[in-house]
Amino acid sequence: MSSHWPILVATRIVRLAFLLAAVAVVAFTLAKLSPVDPVNAYLGPAIAKVGPEQRELIARKWGLDQPATVQFGKWFHNVLSGDLGTSRTFNAPVADVLAKRVQASLPLMGMAWLLSGILGFTLGVVAGARPDTWTDRIIRTYAYVLASTPTFWLAIVLLVVFSVGLSLTPVCCAAPIGVLPEDVTLLERLHHLILPLIALTVLGVAQITLHTRAKMVEIMQSDFALYARAQGASLADVAVRHGARNAALPAITVLFASLGELFGGSILTEQVFAYPGLGQAAVQAGISGDVPLLLAVALCLTLVVSVGNTIADILYRVVDPRIGAVHDLEARP
Amino acid sequence: MSFLQLERVSVGFMRYEGIFRQHELGLLEDLSFGVGRGEIVALIGASGGGKSLLAHAIFGILPRNAVVNGTIRIDGSVLDDTHRNRVRGRRMALVPQSLSHLDPMTRCRKQIGWAGQRAGHPLDRRKTEALLARYGLDERAANAFPHELSGGMARRMMIAIATVGDPDLVVADEPTSGLDTEATGGILRHLRSLADAGKAVLLITHSLAEVLPFADRVAVMRGGRLEAIEPSDRFAGAGETLASPYARALWIALPQNAFTPGGAEC
Repeated sequence: MSSHWPILVATRIVRLAFLLAAVAVVAFTLAKLSPVDPVNAYLGPAIAKVGPEQRELIARKWGLDQPATVQFGKWFHNVLSGDLGTSRTFNAPVADVLAKRVQASLPLMGMAWLLSGILGFTLGVVAGARPDTWTDRIIRTYAYVLASTPTFWLAIVLLVVFSVGLSLTPVCCAAPIGVLPEDVTLLERLHHLILPLIALTVLGVAQITLHTRAKMVEIMQSDFALYARAQGASLADVAVRHGARNAALPAITVLFASLGELFGGSILTEQVFAYPGLGQAAVQAGISGDVPLLLAVALCLTLVVSVGNTIADILYRVVDPRIGAVHDLEARP
Repeated sequence: MSFLQLERVSVGFMRYEGIFRQHELGLLEDLSFGVGRGEIVALIGASGGGKSLLAHAIFGILPRNAVVNGTIRIDGSVLDDTHRNRVRGRRMALVPQSLSHLDPMTRCRKQIGWAGQRAGHPLDRRKTEALLARYGLDERAANAFPHELSGGMARRMMIAIATVGDPDLVVADEPTSGLDTEATGGILRHLRSLADAGKAVLLITHSLAEVLPFADRVAVMRGGRLEAIEPSDRFAGAGETLASPYARALWIALPQNAFTPGGAEC
Protein backbone atom coordinates (compact mmCIF):
# COMPACT_ATOMS: atom_id res chain seq x y z
CA MET A 1 0.00 0.00 0.00
CA SER A 2 2.85 2.39 0.86
CA SER A 3 4.08 2.50 -2.74
CA HIS A 4 0.86 4.24 -3.79
CA TRP A 5 1.24 7.25 -1.58
CA PRO A 6 3.67 9.27 -3.78
CA ILE A 7 1.43 8.77 -6.83
CA LEU A 8 -1.66 9.62 -4.84
CA VAL A 9 -0.18 12.79 -3.41
CA ALA A 10 1.27 13.84 -6.80
CA THR A 11 -2.09 13.46 -8.59
CA ARG A 12 -3.75 15.41 -5.82
CA ILE A 13 -1.27 18.27 -6.12
CA VAL A 14 -1.60 18.47 -9.92
CA ARG A 15 -5.38 18.41 -9.59
CA LEU A 16 -5.25 21.11 -6.94
CA ALA A 17 -3.10 23.33 -9.21
CA PHE A 18 -5.65 23.05 -12.02
CA LEU A 19 -8.47 23.70 -9.60
CA LEU A 20 -6.80 26.85 -8.27
CA ALA A 21 -6.21 28.14 -11.82
CA ALA A 22 -9.85 27.49 -12.76
CA VAL A 23 -11.11 29.20 -9.61
CA ALA A 24 -8.87 32.19 -10.33
CA VAL A 25 -10.29 32.54 -13.86
CA VAL A 26 -13.91 32.23 -12.70
CA ALA A 27 -13.45 34.55 -9.72
CA PHE A 28 -11.70 37.14 -11.89
CA THR A 29 -14.44 36.99 -14.53
CA LEU A 30 -17.14 37.40 -11.88
CA ALA A 31 -15.30 40.34 -10.32
CA LYS A 32 -15.01 42.00 -13.74
CA LEU A 33 -18.70 41.41 -14.45
CA SER A 34 -19.73 42.90 -11.11
CA PRO A 35 -21.38 46.32 -11.28
CA VAL A 36 -19.05 47.67 -8.61
CA ASP A 37 -16.66 50.19 -10.12
CA PRO A 38 -13.36 50.05 -8.22
CA VAL A 39 -12.60 53.73 -8.76
CA ASN A 40 -16.01 54.87 -7.53
CA ALA A 41 -15.81 52.52 -4.57
CA TYR A 42 -12.34 53.84 -3.77
CA LEU A 43 -13.40 57.46 -3.92
CA GLY A 44 -16.56 56.97 -1.90
CA PRO A 45 -18.22 60.29 -0.96
CA ALA A 46 -15.29 62.16 -2.52
CA ILE A 47 -16.64 61.19 -5.91
CA ALA A 48 -18.40 64.56 -6.27
CA LYS A 49 -15.09 66.41 -6.12
CA VAL A 50 -13.31 64.37 -8.76
CA GLY A 51 -13.58 65.10 -12.45
CA PRO A 52 -13.61 62.52 -15.26
CA GLU A 53 -9.99 63.30 -16.18
CA GLN A 54 -8.77 62.55 -12.68
CA ARG A 55 -10.80 59.35 -12.59
CA GLU A 56 -9.21 58.28 -15.83
CA LEU A 57 -5.83 59.01 -14.35
CA ILE A 58 -6.53 56.77 -11.37
CA ALA A 59 -7.85 54.04 -13.63
CA ARG A 60 -4.73 54.23 -15.81
CA LYS A 61 -2.47 54.14 -12.77
CA TRP A 62 -4.22 50.97 -11.59
CA GLY A 63 -4.06 49.46 -15.06
CA LEU A 64 -7.85 49.39 -15.39
CA ASP A 65 -7.69 50.91 -18.88
CA GLN A 66 -6.16 47.74 -20.26
CA PRO A 67 -8.23 44.78 -21.55
CA ALA A 68 -9.37 42.30 -18.88
CA THR A 69 -7.25 39.49 -20.34
CA VAL A 70 -4.11 41.59 -20.04
CA GLN A 71 -5.04 42.49 -16.46
CA PHE A 72 -5.57 38.86 -15.59
CA GLY A 73 -2.36 37.82 -17.31
CA LYS A 74 -0.36 40.33 -15.30
CA TRP A 75 -2.02 39.31 -12.06
CA PHE A 76 -1.51 35.62 -12.78
CA HIS A 77 2.14 36.17 -13.62
CA ASN A 78 2.64 38.09 -10.38
CA VAL A 79 0.91 35.41 -8.33
CA LEU A 80 3.13 32.73 -9.83
CA SER A 81 6.16 34.71 -8.74
CA GLY A 82 4.71 35.00 -5.25
CA ASP A 83 3.28 38.53 -5.37
CA LEU A 84 -0.44 38.64 -4.53
CA GLY A 85 -0.68 42.35 -5.29
CA THR A 86 -1.82 45.30 -3.20
CA SER A 87 -5.16 45.67 -1.48
CA ARG A 88 -6.63 49.10 -2.19
CA THR A 89 -9.16 48.77 0.60
CA PHE A 90 -6.56 48.28 3.29
CA ASN A 91 -3.74 50.08 1.50
CA ALA A 92 -1.36 47.22 2.22
CA PRO A 93 0.06 44.19 0.39
CA VAL A 94 -2.58 41.46 0.05
CA ALA A 95 -0.26 38.94 1.68
CA ASP A 96 -0.01 41.10 4.81
CA VAL A 97 -3.78 41.65 4.97
CA LEU A 98 -4.37 37.92 4.54
CA ALA A 99 -1.83 37.02 7.22
CA LYS A 100 -3.38 39.43 9.72
CA ARG A 101 -6.93 38.31 8.97
CA VAL A 102 -6.11 34.61 9.07
CA GLN A 103 -4.51 35.19 12.45
CA ALA A 104 -7.80 36.56 13.75
CA SER A 105 -10.02 34.02 11.99
CA LEU A 106 -8.00 30.89 12.65
CA PRO A 107 -8.76 30.58 16.39
CA LEU A 108 -12.42 31.33 15.72
CA MET A 109 -12.88 28.93 12.81
CA GLY A 110 -10.54 26.28 14.16
CA MET A 111 -12.22 26.12 17.53
CA ALA A 112 -15.71 26.26 16.03
CA TRP A 113 -14.73 23.44 13.71
CA LEU A 114 -13.33 21.24 16.48
CA LEU A 115 -16.14 21.97 18.92
CA SER A 116 -18.88 21.34 16.38
CA GLY A 117 -17.15 18.10 15.44
CA ILE A 118 -16.85 16.82 19.01
CA LEU A 119 -20.26 18.04 20.13
CA GLY A 120 -22.04 16.95 16.98
CA PHE A 121 -20.48 13.51 16.99
CA THR A 122 -21.28 12.91 20.66
CA LEU A 123 -24.89 14.02 20.24
CA GLY A 124 -25.22 11.89 17.10
CA VAL A 125 -23.87 8.78 18.83
CA VAL A 126 -26.16 9.25 21.84
CA ALA A 127 -29.21 9.86 19.66
CA GLY A 128 -28.50 7.06 17.19
CA ALA A 129 -27.72 4.45 19.85
CA ARG A 130 -31.37 4.37 20.90
CA PRO A 131 -33.48 5.67 18.03
CA ASP A 132 -36.99 6.96 18.75
CA THR A 133 -36.47 7.29 22.48
CA TRP A 134 -36.98 10.66 24.16
CA THR A 135 -33.26 11.42 24.17
CA ASP A 136 -33.18 10.82 20.44
CA ARG A 137 -36.26 12.94 19.82
CA ILE A 138 -34.92 15.87 21.82
CA ILE A 139 -31.52 15.76 20.13
CA ARG A 140 -33.10 15.37 16.70
CA THR A 141 -35.49 18.27 17.21
CA TYR A 142 -32.61 20.39 18.47
CA ALA A 143 -30.56 19.50 15.39
CA TYR A 144 -33.41 20.20 12.97
CA VAL A 145 -34.09 23.59 14.57
CA LEU A 146 -30.39 24.46 14.44
CA ALA A 147 -30.04 23.27 10.87
CA SER A 148 -32.83 25.59 9.78
CA THR A 149 -31.61 28.61 11.77
CA PRO A 150 -29.89 31.29 9.69
CA THR A 151 -26.45 32.04 11.16
CA PHE A 152 -26.78 35.81 11.02
CA TRP A 153 -30.12 35.64 12.84
CA LEU A 154 -28.69 33.45 15.56
CA ALA A 155 -25.74 35.82 15.87
CA ILE A 156 -28.08 38.78 16.29
CA VAL A 157 -30.16 36.93 18.90
CA LEU A 158 -26.99 36.07 20.83
CA LEU A 159 -25.91 39.72 20.70
CA VAL A 160 -29.30 40.96 21.86
CA VAL A 161 -29.50 38.49 24.74
CA PHE A 162 -25.93 38.27 26.06
CA SER A 163 -24.37 41.58 25.05
CA VAL A 164 -27.24 44.03 25.13
CA GLY A 165 -29.61 42.38 27.61
CA LEU A 166 -27.29 40.71 30.09
CA SER A 167 -24.14 42.75 29.34
CA LEU A 168 -22.07 39.60 29.75
CA THR A 169 -20.21 39.79 26.47
CA PRO A 170 -18.82 42.57 24.28
CA VAL A 171 -20.90 43.92 21.40
CA CYS A 172 -18.25 43.84 18.73
CA CYS A 173 -14.74 43.33 17.51
CA ALA A 174 -11.91 41.03 18.50
CA ALA A 175 -10.56 43.28 21.25
CA PRO A 176 -11.73 46.19 23.42
CA ILE A 177 -12.05 49.44 21.49
CA GLY A 178 -9.35 52.01 22.13
CA VAL A 179 -6.79 49.53 23.39
CA LEU A 180 -3.56 49.07 21.48
CA PRO A 181 -3.27 45.60 19.91
CA GLU A 182 -0.14 44.79 21.94
CA ASP A 183 -1.94 45.59 25.21
CA VAL A 184 -4.85 43.19 24.65
CA THR A 185 -4.75 40.25 27.06
CA LEU A 186 -5.57 36.66 26.18
CA LEU A 187 -8.59 36.79 28.46
CA GLU A 188 -9.95 39.81 26.62
CA ARG A 189 -9.45 38.04 23.31
CA LEU A 190 -11.33 34.98 24.54
CA HIS A 191 -14.07 37.19 25.93
CA HIS A 192 -14.57 38.69 22.50
CA LEU A 193 -14.38 35.28 20.88
CA ILE A 194 -17.17 33.62 22.87
CA LEU A 195 -20.26 34.80 21.00
CA PRO A 196 -18.93 34.42 17.44
CA LEU A 197 -17.62 31.02 18.47
CA ILE A 198 -21.01 29.90 19.79
CA ALA A 199 -22.79 31.17 16.69
CA LEU A 200 -20.38 29.40 14.36
CA THR A 201 -20.19 26.17 16.38
CA VAL A 202 -23.94 25.81 16.64
CA LEU A 203 -24.15 26.06 12.85
CA GLY A 204 -21.80 23.10 12.36
CA VAL A 205 -23.19 20.89 15.14
CA ALA A 206 -26.55 20.16 13.50
CA GLN A 207 -25.12 18.68 10.35
CA ILE A 208 -22.61 16.43 12.08
CA THR A 209 -25.23 15.30 14.58
CA LEU A 210 -27.76 14.30 11.93
CA HIS A 211 -25.17 12.54 9.78
CA THR A 212 -23.71 10.64 12.74
CA ARG A 213 -27.16 9.74 14.03
CA ALA A 214 -28.23 8.27 10.69
CA LYS A 215 -25.02 6.23 10.49
CA MET A 216 -25.41 5.07 14.10
CA VAL A 217 -28.97 3.88 13.53
CA GLU A 218 -27.73 1.85 10.57
CA ILE A 219 -24.79 0.39 12.51
CA MET A 220 -26.89 -0.52 15.55
CA GLN A 221 -29.07 -2.62 13.21
CA SER A 222 -26.08 -4.28 11.58
CA ASP A 223 -25.22 -7.93 11.99
CA PHE A 224 -22.08 -7.23 14.00
CA ALA A 225 -23.93 -4.98 16.45
CA LEU A 226 -26.59 -7.67 16.93
CA TYR A 227 -23.89 -10.29 17.42
CA ALA A 228 -22.23 -8.11 20.05
CA ARG A 229 -25.58 -7.98 21.85
CA ALA A 230 -25.81 -11.77 21.61
CA GLN A 231 -22.36 -11.94 23.24
CA GLY A 232 -23.82 -10.15 26.22
CA ALA A 233 -22.63 -6.64 25.38
CA SER A 234 -24.55 -3.76 26.90
CA LEU A 235 -26.05 -1.12 24.67
CA ALA A 236 -23.35 1.37 25.71
CA ASP A 237 -20.67 -1.21 24.89
CA VAL A 238 -22.08 -1.74 21.38
CA ALA A 239 -22.61 2.00 20.86
CA VAL A 240 -19.02 2.87 21.75
CA ARG A 241 -17.01 -0.09 20.47
CA HIS A 242 -18.91 -0.76 17.27
CA GLY A 243 -21.13 2.28 16.76
CA ALA A 244 -18.83 5.20 17.48
CA ARG A 245 -15.79 3.54 15.88
CA ASN A 246 -17.62 2.80 12.66
CA ALA A 247 -19.51 6.10 12.61
CA ALA A 248 -16.36 8.15 13.19
CA LEU A 249 -15.18 7.93 9.61
CA PRO A 250 -18.31 9.31 7.93
CA ALA A 251 -18.46 11.99 10.63
CA ILE A 252 -14.87 13.04 9.96
CA THR A 253 -15.58 13.15 6.23
CA VAL A 254 -18.59 15.39 6.77
CA LEU A 255 -16.53 17.53 9.10
CA PHE A 256 -13.79 18.05 6.51
CA ALA A 257 -16.29 18.53 3.71
CA SER A 258 -18.09 21.18 5.77
CA LEU A 259 -15.04 23.47 5.81
CA GLY A 260 -16.55 25.49 2.96
CA GLU A 261 -19.78 25.96 4.87
CA LEU A 262 -17.83 26.93 7.96
CA PHE A 263 -16.17 29.67 5.96
CA GLY A 264 -19.54 30.81 4.61
CA GLY A 265 -20.84 30.91 8.16
CA SER A 266 -17.81 32.83 9.34
CA ILE A 267 -18.48 35.57 6.76
CA LEU A 268 -21.95 36.11 8.25
CA THR A 269 -20.82 35.78 11.85
CA GLU A 270 -17.83 38.05 11.50
CA GLN A 271 -20.02 40.58 9.75
CA VAL A 272 -22.59 40.64 12.58
CA PHE A 273 -19.99 40.77 15.35
CA ALA A 274 -17.71 43.14 13.41
CA TYR A 275 -14.98 40.60 14.01
CA PRO A 276 -11.94 41.55 11.91
CA GLY A 277 -11.37 38.17 10.30
CA LEU A 278 -11.00 36.71 6.84
CA GLY A 279 -14.76 36.62 6.22
CA GLN A 280 -15.17 40.29 6.93
CA ALA A 281 -12.20 41.10 4.70
CA ALA A 282 -13.85 39.15 1.89
CA VAL A 283 -17.05 41.19 2.24
CA GLN A 284 -15.14 44.47 2.25
CA ALA A 285 -13.10 43.40 -0.77
CA GLY A 286 -16.30 42.52 -2.61
CA ILE A 287 -18.06 45.77 -1.80
CA SER A 288 -15.13 47.96 -2.80
CA GLY A 289 -14.16 46.02 -5.91
CA ASP A 290 -10.79 45.13 -4.43
CA VAL A 291 -10.07 42.39 -6.97
CA PRO A 292 -6.59 41.32 -5.79
CA LEU A 293 -7.81 40.76 -2.23
CA LEU A 294 -11.00 39.07 -3.36
CA LEU A 295 -9.10 36.67 -5.60
CA ALA A 296 -6.59 35.94 -2.85
CA VAL A 297 -9.40 35.13 -0.40
CA ALA A 298 -11.10 32.91 -2.99
CA LEU A 299 -7.87 31.03 -3.67
CA CYS A 300 -7.20 30.71 0.04
CA LEU A 301 -10.66 29.23 0.60
CA THR A 302 -10.30 26.87 -2.36
CA LEU A 303 -7.01 25.66 -0.97
CA VAL A 304 -8.44 25.03 2.51
CA VAL A 305 -11.58 23.24 1.29
CA SER A 306 -9.70 21.13 -1.24
CA VAL A 307 -7.00 20.15 1.23
CA GLY A 308 -9.74 19.34 3.74
CA ASN A 309 -11.41 16.97 1.29
CA THR A 310 -8.09 15.36 0.45
CA ILE A 311 -7.39 14.77 4.13
CA ALA A 312 -10.81 13.12 4.47
CA ASP A 313 -10.00 10.84 1.52
CA ILE A 314 -6.62 9.90 2.93
CA LEU A 315 -8.09 9.27 6.38
CA TYR A 316 -10.52 6.83 4.81
CA ARG A 317 -7.61 4.89 3.38
CA VAL A 318 -5.70 4.92 6.64
CA VAL A 319 -8.58 4.06 8.96
CA ASP A 320 -10.70 1.65 6.93
CA PRO A 321 -8.74 -1.57 6.37
CA ARG A 322 -11.01 -2.65 3.53
CA ILE A 323 -10.22 0.29 1.26
CA GLY A 324 -6.48 -0.27 1.53
CA ALA A 325 -6.96 -3.96 0.78
CA VAL A 326 -8.98 -3.32 -2.37
CA HIS A 327 -6.27 -0.97 -3.50
CA ASP A 328 -3.68 -3.67 -2.89
CA LEU A 329 -5.53 -6.25 -4.95
CA GLU A 330 -5.99 -3.85 -7.84
CA ALA A 331 -2.33 -3.00 -7.88
CA ARG A 332 -1.15 -6.58 -8.05
CA PRO A 333 -0.28 -7.83 -11.55
CA MET B 1 -35.83 -31.18 31.66
CA SER B 2 -33.41 -30.31 28.88
CA PHE B 3 -30.96 -27.46 29.26
CA LEU B 4 -32.69 -25.46 26.51
CA GLN B 5 -36.42 -25.98 26.51
CA LEU B 6 -38.79 -24.39 23.98
CA GLU B 7 -42.47 -24.46 24.89
CA ARG B 8 -44.93 -23.47 22.15
CA VAL B 9 -42.60 -20.78 20.85
CA SER B 10 -43.80 -18.73 17.92
CA VAL B 11 -42.18 -15.80 16.16
CA GLY B 12 -43.97 -13.31 13.97
CA PHE B 13 -43.73 -9.77 12.72
CA MET B 14 -46.16 -6.91 13.03
CA ARG B 15 -46.87 -5.54 9.60
CA TYR B 16 -48.83 -2.46 8.68
CA GLU B 17 -51.77 -3.02 6.41
CA GLY B 18 -52.47 0.38 5.00
CA ILE B 19 -51.73 3.12 7.50
CA PHE B 20 -53.39 2.12 10.75
CA ARG B 21 -54.25 -1.56 10.74
CA GLN B 22 -51.52 -3.87 11.92
CA HIS B 23 -51.54 -7.59 11.64
CA GLU B 24 -49.15 -10.24 12.75
CA LEU B 25 -47.33 -12.23 10.13
CA GLY B 26 -46.45 -15.54 11.73
CA LEU B 27 -43.23 -17.23 10.59
CA LEU B 28 -42.52 -19.81 13.26
CA GLU B 29 -45.43 -21.45 15.00
CA ASP B 30 -45.78 -23.59 18.04
CA LEU B 31 -42.26 -24.93 18.34
CA SER B 32 -41.73 -27.24 21.32
CA PHE B 33 -38.55 -29.19 21.82
CA GLY B 34 -35.52 -29.34 24.03
CA VAL B 35 -31.77 -29.62 23.71
CA GLY B 36 -30.01 -31.45 26.51
CA ARG B 37 -26.41 -31.26 27.68
CA GLY B 38 -24.10 -33.46 25.69
CA GLU B 39 -26.26 -33.67 22.59
CA ILE B 40 -26.47 -31.98 19.23
CA VAL B 41 -29.98 -31.31 18.02
CA ALA B 42 -30.07 -30.37 14.35
CA LEU B 43 -32.94 -28.11 13.31
CA ILE B 44 -33.58 -28.79 9.64
CA GLY B 45 -35.72 -26.64 7.40
CA ALA B 46 -35.79 -24.99 4.03
CA SER B 47 -33.69 -21.89 3.46
CA GLY B 48 -35.64 -18.73 4.16
CA GLY B 49 -38.04 -20.67 6.38
CA GLY B 50 -37.24 -18.62 9.47
CA LYS B 51 -34.89 -21.01 11.24
CA SER B 52 -32.47 -18.23 12.05
CA LEU B 53 -35.32 -16.31 13.65
CA LEU B 54 -35.44 -18.93 16.37
CA ALA B 55 -31.77 -18.37 17.16
CA HIS B 56 -32.32 -14.62 17.18
CA ALA B 57 -35.37 -15.03 19.41
CA ILE B 58 -33.36 -17.05 21.94
CA PHE B 59 -30.68 -14.34 22.05
CA GLY B 60 -33.15 -11.47 21.98
CA ILE B 61 -31.76 -9.80 18.88
CA LEU B 62 -34.87 -9.78 16.69
CA PRO B 63 -35.97 -6.51 15.09
CA ARG B 64 -38.27 -4.35 17.17
CA ASN B 65 -41.43 -5.24 15.30
CA ALA B 66 -40.98 -8.94 16.02
CA VAL B 67 -43.38 -10.70 18.38
CA VAL B 68 -42.25 -13.77 20.31
CA ASN B 69 -44.79 -15.90 22.13
CA GLY B 70 -44.38 -19.03 24.22
CA THR B 71 -41.72 -19.83 26.78
CA ILE B 72 -38.01 -20.41 26.41
CA ARG B 73 -36.24 -21.96 29.40
CA ILE B 74 -32.54 -22.11 30.08
CA ASP B 75 -31.60 -24.64 32.74
CA GLY B 76 -35.15 -24.57 34.03
CA SER B 77 -35.57 -20.81 34.41
CA VAL B 78 -37.70 -18.78 32.06
CA LEU B 79 -35.61 -16.68 29.70
CA ASP B 80 -37.03 -13.18 30.12
CA ASP B 81 -35.15 -9.96 29.39
CA THR B 82 -33.37 -9.75 32.74
CA HIS B 83 -32.42 -13.41 32.77
CA ARG B 84 -31.29 -13.18 29.16
CA ASN B 85 -28.96 -10.29 30.01
CA ARG B 86 -27.39 -12.46 32.70
CA VAL B 87 -26.82 -15.54 30.58
CA ARG B 88 -26.04 -14.11 27.14
CA GLY B 89 -22.40 -14.81 26.31
CA ARG B 90 -21.89 -16.50 29.66
CA ARG B 91 -24.15 -19.56 29.70
CA MET B 92 -25.32 -19.49 26.10
CA ALA B 93 -23.49 -18.35 22.99
CA LEU B 94 -24.29 -17.90 19.34
CA VAL B 95 -22.23 -18.92 16.33
CA PRO B 96 -23.63 -16.56 13.73
CA GLN B 97 -24.33 -17.28 10.12
CA SER B 98 -22.03 -15.00 8.17
CA LEU B 99 -18.89 -12.95 8.20
CA SER B 100 -20.97 -9.78 8.44
CA HIS B 101 -21.43 -10.55 12.14
CA LEU B 102 -17.83 -9.55 12.80
CA ASP B 103 -16.99 -5.86 13.00
CA PRO B 104 -15.29 -5.09 9.66
CA MET B 105 -13.07 -2.38 11.16
CA THR B 106 -11.61 -4.35 14.06
CA ARG B 107 -8.93 -7.02 14.10
CA CYS B 108 -10.13 -10.47 15.16
CA ARG B 109 -7.84 -10.57 18.21
CA LYS B 110 -9.56 -7.50 19.60
CA GLN B 111 -13.01 -8.88 18.91
CA ILE B 112 -12.19 -12.07 20.81
CA GLY B 113 -10.91 -9.92 23.66
CA TRP B 114 -14.16 -7.96 23.73
CA ALA B 115 -16.21 -11.16 23.67
CA GLY B 116 -14.14 -12.39 26.63
CA GLN B 117 -14.85 -9.23 28.61
CA ARG B 118 -18.54 -9.44 27.78
CA ALA B 119 -18.65 -13.04 28.94
CA GLY B 120 -16.83 -12.18 32.15
CA HIS B 121 -13.75 -14.14 31.05
CA PRO B 122 -11.07 -11.55 30.27
CA LEU B 123 -8.37 -13.09 28.09
CA ASP B 124 -4.67 -12.44 28.20
CA ARG B 125 -2.45 -13.08 25.20
CA ARG B 126 -1.64 -16.64 26.19
CA LYS B 127 -5.26 -17.62 26.73
CA THR B 128 -6.24 -16.11 23.39
CA GLU B 129 -3.53 -18.07 21.58
CA ALA B 130 -4.62 -21.27 23.32
CA LEU B 131 -8.26 -20.73 22.41
CA LEU B 132 -7.42 -19.98 18.77
CA ALA B 133 -5.04 -22.92 18.55
CA ARG B 134 -7.89 -25.22 19.58
CA TYR B 135 -9.69 -24.17 16.39
CA GLY B 136 -6.61 -24.29 14.19
CA LEU B 137 -6.22 -20.52 13.99
CA ASP B 138 -2.77 -18.99 14.11
CA GLU B 139 -1.22 -15.63 14.89
CA ARG B 140 -1.94 -14.33 11.41
CA ALA B 141 -5.63 -15.12 11.67
CA ALA B 142 -5.75 -13.40 15.04
CA ASN B 143 -4.25 -10.23 13.64
CA ALA B 144 -6.39 -10.27 10.50
CA PHE B 145 -9.41 -8.13 9.78
CA PRO B 146 -12.55 -10.22 9.24
CA HIS B 147 -12.56 -9.68 5.46
CA GLU B 148 -9.09 -11.19 5.26
CA LEU B 149 -10.27 -14.56 6.62
CA SER B 150 -11.40 -17.42 4.42
CA GLY B 151 -14.94 -18.75 4.90
CA GLY B 152 -13.78 -21.71 6.96
CA MET B 153 -11.44 -19.62 9.09
CA ALA B 154 -14.20 -17.10 9.73
CA ARG B 155 -16.53 -19.86 10.99
CA ARG B 156 -13.83 -21.27 13.25
CA MET B 157 -13.12 -17.74 14.48
CA MET B 158 -16.80 -17.33 15.33
CA ILE B 159 -16.88 -20.67 17.17
CA ALA B 160 -13.81 -19.55 19.10
CA ILE B 161 -15.56 -16.27 19.98
CA ALA B 162 -18.69 -18.16 21.01
CA THR B 163 -16.80 -20.49 23.32
CA VAL B 164 -14.83 -17.74 25.04
CA GLY B 165 -17.10 -17.73 28.07
CA ASP B 166 -17.33 -21.54 28.28
CA PRO B 167 -21.11 -21.51 27.72
CA ASP B 168 -23.42 -24.45 28.43
CA LEU B 169 -25.47 -23.89 25.30
CA VAL B 170 -24.09 -23.22 21.83
CA VAL B 171 -26.50 -22.24 19.08
CA ALA B 172 -24.87 -22.51 15.66
CA ASP B 173 -26.77 -20.79 12.87
CA GLU B 174 -25.97 -22.38 9.48
CA PRO B 175 -22.32 -22.82 10.44
CA THR B 176 -21.46 -24.78 7.30
CA SER B 177 -23.22 -22.92 4.50
CA GLY B 178 -20.85 -22.01 1.71
CA LEU B 179 -18.06 -24.28 2.94
CA ASP B 180 -16.48 -27.21 1.09
CA THR B 181 -16.83 -30.78 2.38
CA GLU B 182 -13.54 -30.72 4.25
CA ALA B 183 -14.18 -27.42 6.04
CA THR B 184 -17.75 -28.53 6.80
CA GLY B 185 -16.47 -31.70 8.44
CA GLY B 186 -14.02 -29.66 10.49
CA ILE B 187 -16.69 -27.32 11.77
CA LEU B 188 -19.11 -30.13 12.63
CA ARG B 189 -16.37 -32.08 14.43
CA HIS B 190 -15.66 -28.98 16.53
CA LEU B 191 -19.36 -28.75 17.45
CA ARG B 192 -19.42 -32.47 18.21
CA SER B 193 -16.51 -32.10 20.59
CA LEU B 194 -18.32 -29.26 22.33
CA ALA B 195 -21.32 -31.55 22.84
CA ASP B 196 -19.06 -34.34 24.02
CA ALA B 197 -17.65 -31.91 26.57
CA GLY B 198 -21.14 -31.66 28.05
CA LYS B 199 -22.58 -28.65 26.26
CA ALA B 200 -26.00 -28.49 24.67
CA VAL B 201 -25.67 -27.71 20.95
CA LEU B 202 -28.49 -26.50 18.74
CA LEU B 203 -27.39 -26.75 15.12
CA ILE B 204 -29.52 -24.87 12.64
CA THR B 205 -29.04 -26.04 9.08
CA HIS B 206 -30.74 -26.83 5.78
CA SER B 207 -28.54 -29.77 4.93
CA LEU B 208 -29.69 -33.08 6.42
CA ALA B 209 -26.97 -35.23 4.85
CA GLU B 210 -24.16 -33.10 6.24
CA VAL B 211 -25.22 -33.11 9.85
CA LEU B 212 -26.59 -36.67 10.24
CA PRO B 213 -23.23 -38.21 11.20
CA PHE B 214 -22.79 -35.62 13.96
CA ALA B 215 -26.25 -34.91 15.35
CA ASP B 216 -28.01 -36.93 18.04
CA ARG B 217 -31.50 -35.86 17.11
CA VAL B 218 -32.99 -34.11 14.13
CA ALA B 219 -35.88 -31.66 14.43
CA VAL B 220 -37.55 -31.36 11.03
CA MET B 221 -39.38 -28.14 10.26
CA ARG B 222 -41.96 -27.65 7.57
CA GLY B 223 -43.49 -24.29 6.76
CA GLY B 224 -42.69 -22.73 10.13
CA ARG B 225 -43.96 -25.70 12.16
CA LEU B 226 -42.13 -28.56 13.75
CA GLU B 227 -42.96 -31.67 11.76
CA ALA B 228 -41.08 -34.26 13.76
CA ILE B 229 -38.13 -34.95 16.03
CA GLU B 230 -36.30 -38.11 15.10
CA PRO B 231 -33.15 -39.70 16.53
CA SER B 232 -30.55 -39.47 13.79
CA ASP B 233 -29.86 -43.22 13.73
CA ARG B 234 -33.35 -43.76 12.36
CA PHE B 235 -32.27 -42.07 9.13
CA ALA B 236 -31.07 -45.36 7.71
CA GLY B 237 -31.98 -47.76 4.95
CA ALA B 238 -35.28 -46.75 3.42
CA GLY B 239 -36.21 -44.86 6.57
CA GLU B 240 -38.71 -47.52 7.73
CA THR B 241 -38.19 -46.65 11.39
CA LEU B 242 -38.83 -42.92 10.93
CA ALA B 243 -42.11 -41.97 12.60
CA SER B 244 -42.90 -39.04 10.38
CA PRO B 245 -43.72 -39.58 6.70
CA TYR B 246 -42.31 -36.15 5.94
CA ALA B 247 -38.96 -36.98 7.54
CA ARG B 248 -38.93 -40.22 5.57
CA ALA B 249 -39.65 -38.37 2.33
CA LEU B 250 -36.82 -35.96 3.14
CA TRP B 251 -34.45 -38.85 3.80
CA ILE B 252 -35.35 -40.72 0.65
CA ALA B 253 -34.96 -37.57 -1.42
CA LEU B 254 -31.25 -37.36 -0.59
CA PRO B 255 -29.00 -38.00 -3.61
CA GLN B 256 -27.29 -41.01 -2.05
CA ASN B 257 -30.66 -42.69 -1.38
CA ALA B 258 -33.51 -43.39 -3.73
CA PHE B 259 -33.51 -39.74 -4.81
CA THR B 260 -37.26 -39.63 -5.22
CA PRO B 261 -38.51 -36.12 -4.64
CA GLY B 262 -42.02 -37.29 -3.73
CA GLY B 263 -43.55 -34.74 -1.37
CA ALA B 264 -40.30 -33.53 0.19
CA GLU B 265 -40.77 -29.84 -0.50
CA CYS B 266 -41.10 -27.83 2.63
